[in-house]
Amino acid sequence: MNLLLNIFSVVPIQYYIFISAVLFCIGVLGVLFRRNAIIIFMSVELMLNSVNLLLVAFSTYHNDASGQVFVFFVMAVAAAEVAVGLAILVTIFRNVHTVDIDELKSLKN
Amino acid sequence: MTLYVFLFLSFVAIFCALMTVLSKNPIHSVIYLIGCFFAIAGHYMLLNAEFLAIVHIIVYAGAIMVLFLSTLMLMNLNDETEQHKPAVAKISAVIASGLLMLVLVAVLKKADNLQVPLTQEISIGTIKVLGKVLLDEYLFPFEFSSVLFLSAMIGAVLLTKKEKGQTA
Repeated sequence: MNLLLNIFSVVPIQYYIFISAVLFCIGVLGVLFRRNAIIIFMSVELMLNSVNLLLVAFSTYHNDASGQVFVFFVMAVAAAEVAVGLAILVTIFRNVHTVDIDELKSLKN
Repeated sequence: MTLYVFLFLSFVAIFCALMTVLSKNPIHSVIYLIGCFFAIAGHYMLLNAEFLAIVHIIVYAGAIMVLFLSTLMLMNLNDETEQHKPAVAKISAVIASGLLMLVLVAVLKKADNLQVPLTQEISIGTIKVLGKVLLDEYLFPFEFSSVLFLSAMIGAVLLTKKEKGQTA
């Protein structure tokens, strides 16, 4: 409790907005920068996490629990998405023996 | 003190995120991403969202990153097999994301100062409060996410199952 009243006076909400923006942009950089599909997946996770951080920050600063419940759902959807996405990548790897996105650009076999 | 903790956690999060993107070995990327997730969990603790901090560590570091790591090891990817984009594509990627960051930061700097209502009673991050909200207001989405998980589980099993007559 003490810690929280402290954070209101010490850390403005803008700081959280900026760190979330920076993390999101690093995620975008990862999607554009890499060729390995798994790393691209991880960058998408990073973007989801930056949004989660911002939601938690707003929820705490406005004293509303709905934001944290929403983060909970984002985590659930991210977990399901990773399971299915990695299953797709494993299937692709089994057939083409690569997860390099520049090699996977054609649907022709 | 709180400010220093905040700055330290932010530095760790951004450094680990950058190293995730830039490190050559995919295994190192996974390790750095786990570090980034722990820093974000520290941020949640700082924001008094204890329940979310614990769930974040369990779900991300405990489940999702293990899944990533086991997939990487299954495919036997390392820095020798790792392909890299040409330098032009890399430079344009850096410029594009840098411009996105510039636009975001410039817009958010111009935004009006957000007025934060200062309240004394804050305990929304505890399991007690979150459970009441989750199972009261958001009961339908909560139950519906179980259907999502079931379909994701069936989908993952079906996708990775070998078809009859398929080799390798």
